[in-house]
Amino acid sequence: MPLPDSVVLHLRARRGFAAVDFSELWRYSDLLWILAARDIKIRYKQAALGAAWAVLQPLAAMVVFTVFFGYFAGLDAKIESGVPYPLYAFCALLPWQLFAHAITSSSNSLVDNQNLITKTYFPRLLIPFAAIIGGLMDFAIAFAIMIVLMAAYGVVPGWALLSLPLLVVLTVLTALSVGLWLAALSAMYRDFRHTTGFLVQIWLFATPVVYPSSIVPPQWQTLYGLNPMVGIVDGFRWALLGTAPPAPSVIAVSAIEVILLFILGAIYFRRMERTMADWI
Amino acid sequence: MPATAIRISGLGKQYRTGQSMPHQRLTEVITDLAMAPLNALQGRSRDQDRRADRAEMFWALKDISMEIGKGEIVGIIGRNGAGKSTLLKILSRITEPTIGDVWLHGRVGSLLEVGTGFHPDLSGRENIFLNGAILGMSREEIRARFDEIVAFSEIERFLDTPVKRYSSGMYMRLAFSVAAHLQPEILLVDEVLAVGDAQFQAKCLGKLSEVVEGGRTVLFVSHNLPAVERLCTSAIVLREGRIDFAGAPGKAIATYLLSGRQSSYAWERSAPQPQPHFRRAVLCQADGAPCLSPTTGMQLGVRISFSIPAAKRDLVIAVSVFNDMGHPIFSSSPLDVDLKLPEESGEYSTTLMFPPALFLAKRYTIGLSMYDAYQSLDHRADALSFEVTETANFGNRVPTGRIGDIQLACSWSAAAREP
Repeated sequence: MPLPDSVVLHLRARRGFAAVDFSELWRYSDLLWILAARDIKIRYKQAALGAAWAVLQPLAAMVVFTVFFGYFAGLDAKIESGVPYPLYAFCALLPWQLFAHAITSSSNSLVDNQNLITKTYFPRLLIPFAAIIGGLMDFAIAFAIMIVLMAAYGVVPGWALLSLPLLVVLTVLTALSVGLWLAALSAMYRDFRHTTGFLVQIWLFATPVVYPSSIVPPQWQTLYGLNPMVGIVDGFRWALLGTAPPAPSVIAVSAIEVILLFILGAIYFRRMERTMADWI
Repeated sequence: MPATAIRISGLGKQYRTGQSMPHQRLTEVITDLAMAPLNALQGRSRDQDRRADRAEMFWALKDISMEIGKGEIVGIIGRNGAGKSTLLKILSRITEPTIGDVWLHGRVGSLLEVGTGFHPDLSGRENIFLNGAILGMSREEIRARFDEIVAFSEIERFLDTPVKRYSSGMYMRLAFSVAAHLQPEILLVDEVLAVGDAQFQAKCLGKLSEVVEGGRTVLFVSHNLPAVERLCTSAIVLREGRIDFAGAPGKAIATYLLSGRQSSYAWERSAPQPQPHFRRAVLCQADGAPCLSPTTGMQLGVRISFSIPAAKRDLVIAVSVFNDMGHPIFSSSPLDVDLKLPEESGEYSTTLMFPPALFLAKRYTIGLSMYDAYQSLDHRADALSFEVTETANFGNRVPTGRIGDIQLACSWSAAAREP
């Protein structure tokens, strides 16, 4: 489809910071979905277990957590609202696995797609974005399992359930903002790739996945709340299992933190993408 | 004057040599930061470090300015490292220029590699969508051209087979088909015609001329000089990042070949010598213009430039012609026609013309030698080397082919009935 003569693209060296070009991202949205679909297809085509993997992974984690942390370590008794430990842990695994998968795959995404970056033009932001969307598929499968588990334990969610979509958005945004930084940094500094796995491990223990956030002593709660995943995991439990709601201040701080991290990450990324093909 | 499609002004791209990045490791950044105060104590300023950095920079492209009209097909030729790919990378927005401006009028599609983003585990069908989207097509557009793409690639039966099971020919055909159905107003193509068998290549070239008939602008980097000459409306020769020549494709190719030391249609000496010596030899055609595609039936010659730094008497030059096995066929000298070379010092040139239609469709090497009454002064055994191609109206006249290394025009009398 021919464009009018007035459409002129001016290329030159840009200086300073550039905002994200949303209209361009929108024009390339087809590519975003195709890249995300590619990541999902490849992940399931290569694995012998295929899509069953997405079911087994959170279930296995739930079993291990229940046995070692719930019973052997006695964390089971610390849950205030009497929710069964397996359900308690699985509920936290929903946002946690989405987040962990998203930051792991987005931090590798630019390096893995080197050939695309050096041979074609498209907004580079699509690459970490697509890596994160790939994780939403696993999230949907895990969510279906959660519904089955809740039915099995006879847990009925209350009105708080309505806040769930917002919590999912906050999770994705958190993953996106951390993922953007990791993607850009590990493209620039190759040793960053190895730190991501380590980071995910540490972060898991700094997040109330295997334990309730109430076991953290009060004097540490403020610092603890700075981890945006704390509010998100507590929020998920509140929405689905009816446990105590996270403090509104914690959620507000997390949201502000994530939005700032996202904006700065996007700016940093945009600055780097201009000549990324030259050095990646 | 047609409307402008691409305008480039003062374009330059600087790269760092050696290390592709200032810091590949985060640990280095941290050590550098930690060492900064120490370096300052030792009197090594950051400016000094910067200067060292600057020494490692080089210009892959410099001072590129040109205007390309709508509907033109422009060939870009040049040696490896001349900046051809860098130019296409800037125009296709893969990387930013360091300096200068480009204005692109219309949608740009670039084809820097055949099958970019193809994934071996995905089927042909899935890869068509993936590759199409990567090349800038919307899902809608791909769907609309899907059948055409499949038909062009001739892989219908294997559409749902993972491409890792494809033969390399099938893979290339599929990849090119997707790319060929990209329909931007400006198409940037890098060396992709060098793939596949001759039949498929012909099909690709046909597709490319079709694209141009549709009024699109094509910029096309290639080492395939005959294709550049046949397809392009103009050509640009890049040399060490700068435009060496821009204009008619034939002239551009001549410039490129003449600038090339390894090229076989022309030869040039780099450093002068104290004694008389050859400076240059160029294969030329009847009108004296450089010949780049010698064919049977053509009259060929050699234009020789030589230098006499100090007056010299009894100077002789000779040209020898060798067959493809390196065996001498004949030689010739100005003395044959009683011409003596000048004796005064200076720069000279002379042209030797071979008889018309002397060469067969074979490879020949031409050597030059220069001597005086006592000794050999200069000798180039393989100054020129070229392949003559068959033209339908000449060599084929003798159905059984010819024997020997050359053909000589002989006179025949009409056959007369014996009394």
